[in-house]
Amino acid sequence: MATTALRPAAAYRSGIYEWLTTTDHKKIGILYLFNSLFLFLVGGSLALAVRTELAQPGLQVMDEATYNQMFTMHASVMIFWVVIPFLAGFGNYLVPLMIGAPDMAFPRINALSFWLLPLSALIAFLGFPLGGAADNGWTSYSPVAQAKYSPGIGTDLWIIALLLVGTSSILGAVNFLVTIFKMRAPGMTLFRMPIFVWTMLVTSVLILMGTPVLTSALVMLYIDRNFGGAFFNTALEGGNAILWQNVFWFYSHPAVYIMVLPAMGIVSEILPVFSRKPLFGYKAFVFATAGIGALGFSVWAHHMFTTGSVYLPFFSLMTFLIAVPTGVKMFNWVATMFRGKLVFTTAMLFAVGFLSTFLIGGINGAFLAAVPVDYHVHATYWIVAHIHYVLFGGSMMGVFAAIYFWFPKMFGRRLNETLGKIHFVGIFVGMNLTFFPMHLLGIDGMVRRIADYSATAGWNDLNLLATIGGFTIAVAMLPFLWNIFVSLRAGEPAGDDPWEGNTLEWATSSPPPPWNFDHLPPIRSERPVFDLRHAADAGRPSAGH
Amino acid sequence: MALSTSALAPHAATDAHAHARRGISNPILGMILFIASEVMFFAGLFAAYFNVRFTAAHWPPLVNEAPFEPFQIRNEMVLAAILTAVLVLSSVTMQMAVWAIRRGDRTAFLRNTGVTLVLGLAFLTGQVYDYLHLGFGITDTAFGSTFYTLTGFHGAHVLGGTIMLSVVLYRGLAGQFSARHHDAVEATSLYWHFVDVVWIVLFSSLYLL
Ligand SMILES: [Cu+2]
Repeated sequence: MATTALRPAAAYRSGIYEWLTTTDHKKIGILYLFNSLFLFLVGGSLALAVRTELAQPGLQVMDEATYNQMFTMHASVMIFWVVIPFLAGFGNYLVPLMIGAPDMAFPRINALSFWLLPLSALIAFLGFPLGGAADNGWTSYSPVAQAKYSPGIGTDLWIIALLLVGTSSILGAVNFLVTIFKMRAPGMTLFRMPIFVWTMLVTSVLILMGTPVLTSALVMLYIDRNFGGAFFNTALEGGNAILWQNVFWFYSHPAVYIMVLPAMGIVSEILPVFSRKPLFGYKAFVFATAGIGALGFSVWAHHMFTTGSVYLPFFSLMTFLIAVPTGVKMFNWVATMFRGKLVFTTAMLFAVGFLSTFLIGGINGAFLAAVPVDYHVHATYWIVAHIHYVLFGGSMMGVFAAIYFWFPKMFGRRLNETLGKIHFVGIFVGMNLTFFPMHLLGIDGMVRRIADYSATAGWNDLNLLATIGGFTIAVAMLPFLWNIFVSLRAGEPAGDDPWEGNTLEWATSSPPPPWNFDHLPPIRSERPVFDLRHAADAGRPSAGH
Repeated sequence: MALSTSALAPHAATDAHAHARRGISNPILGMILFIASEVMFFAGLFAAYFNVRFTAAHWPPLVNEAPFEPFQIRNEMVLAAILTAVLVLSSVTMQMAVWAIRRGDRTAFLRNTGVTLVLGLAFLTGQVYDYLHLGFGITDTAFGSTFYTLTGFHGAHVLGGTIMLSVVLYRGLAGQFSARHHDAVEATSLYWHFVDVVWIVLFSSLYLL
C-alpha cells in the first residue's frame, strides 16, 4: 500500500486560490461534483415547482408562461449541468487513478472544461431576470423555438449556454480519450482496464461524435432566430422544421447513453466489491458497452415516429436491438451477485436500486420502440416516466452509489452509513412514488408540458401521489446533505482501502497525493489490488480467484 | 511528478506490455480527436444543407415565384475556383514546412510556414470580397442561409488556422522547434489540411453539384 509520508504542504497555496486555479484532476473532479450537486438542488427545486402546480387541477402557484420556463429549465439543468457533469466529475477523479496515471493528458484544458460549466449555467439562468428563461422545452422544437413565437432573450441565452456546455464536453472527451490511450501504467492493457474506464471511453467517443452535431443544430437555430435564417423556419422558403428534430435527436439519443453508460460503469465497479466476486463476463460487458455505443447512433428517429417522415421499421428494429446488449449487462450484474457474499453498504444498496429501477426504465422504453404503442403514448407522461426511470432511477442512483463508494477515497473519511440508508430508502420510495403513477397517467392520455388538467379526467389522485413522491425525494436529500457536511469534518477515518476494493485507486492513500501514486502494484489482471491483497495467502498472483 | 515516474521506471523496463507510452504524441492525438469532432460539426451543417436542398421544390429556390438571378453562383465561380487553388496550394506549402522541420531545416520551415500564412490570409480576403459582391444575403431563403452558414463557419475555421499558424511562425522564429520537438507544427498542419478538405467538399457541394 502507498504511504502518505510525503505531503507537499509547502507547494500548496492558500485554499481558495488553489481551488480556483487547480489543474489537478482530483480537485477538478471534486469541483465538478460539488457544482453538479448544487445545480441538482436548483434543478430539483424547479421540479418541485412543477409538481406543486400539478398537485391538483387548476392554476394555483404560477401562470402557464412561468410553468413553461420551469419545466424547460428543470430538464436542461438536470441533463446538461447535473447528470452529464456529475458523471464526468467521477470520470475526472477516477480515470487517471484507475489506469495508474499521474493526471489527465491535458490538465489545463481539463480546468477549462470545468469552468465552462458554472459560466454556462449562469448564462442560462440570466434569462430569469432578463424577461424570462428558455421556455420551449429542452427539445426546443421549431416552429415554437423560432423568434416569432418565443421572442424573448431566454432562448438565445439557452442556446449560448448549451454551446458552451457542448464545448466543455468535447474538450473533456478529447482529454479522456488521450488519457486512456496514452497514459496507462505499464501492465494496464486495454482489457485490464476497470469497466468504469471502458464506459468513459465509449462515452467519450459518443460525445466526440454526437455533441458537435448538437452544436451545429444550435448554431442553425441561433441563425434562424437572430439573422433571419431559413433552416427550421417554415415561414421562409425552404425551411424545414423536421430537420431540427433529425439533427437534435442525432445527438440527444446518444446523449442518453452519455448519461447512463458511466453510471453502468460505476455499478459494475461496486457490485463485484460488495459481492466479493469478480465481475461476471468482463469481456461481454466491454463488447456490450461498445455495442450500445455503436447502435446508439442508429435509433434517433424513434423520437419522430409520429412525424410521418421517418422509416418506421428500421428505427423500430434498431431500437429493439439495443435492448440486447443492455440485457447482456443486466444478466452480468445479476450473475455477479449470484451466490456472492453480499455486503449491503449504502453504496451497494444504491447499486442494487439502480438495477431494479433501471430495469423498469429499460422495459418501459422498449414499449416505445413498438410503433403502435408509441403512437398512443407519444408526448404523454409515459415518456416522462420512462426518462426519469432511466435518468433518475438509472444515472442518479449510480451517482449516489458512487458518492458513497468513493467519498472515503476523496476525503479520507467515510460517510455515515445510517444516514446513508435513510437517504437510500427515501430516494427509492420517493422516486417510485413520483414516477410510477406517470405510466398510468400517460396511458390515460395526459400529455406532458401542461400546467393544468381537467378535474374530471380522473388524474387528480395520481398527480397528487406524484407530487407527494417529489417532496419525499426532496426530504430524503436532507440527511444526505447533512451527512456530507458532517462527514467532511468528522467522518470516521477511512484508511486507504475501506471496502477491500479491486481497482488501482485503492492502492494509494486517501486522499491520494497530488501525483497519485508513490508506487504502483504490479498489474496482471483487471483487479490489481485484489491480487495484491491475496498474493500472500494464495502463494501466487491472481489467477486462482 | 518526478517521484511517480521514477517509481514507474523499473516496471517500464521489465513489463512486456509497456507500449502505451510510445507511438503518437499526446498533443497530436488530441488534435486528431478534436478534428474528428469538427468533422461531425460540419457533418451536421452539411446534413442540413442537403436536407433542405433535396426537399425543396426548386433549387436554388424561387423568389416571388421566379428564378432569382444572384443565386446562379455557378455562372461566376471564377473567384471560388481561385480561392480553392489558393487553399490547396497552402496545404502543399504547409506540408513542405512539416517535412522541412522534420529534417531540421529551419529556414525552409519558416519560409513555407510564412507562405502558408500569407495564402490563408489571401483566402480570407478573397472570401470577404466575395461576400461584399454577392447579390443575396443570409435571409434570402434556405439557399442564402445554408450558403453563408457553411462558408462563414469554414471561414471562421480558416481564421482560427491562421492564428495557429501565426503562433507557430512566432515560436519558429524564436527557435522553439527542432527535428525532434515540433508537435505544435504537426498538429497545426493536421488542422490546416482538415480546413482545406472541408473547403473542397464545400466548394463541390455549393458550386459544382
Ligand atoms: Cu432515444
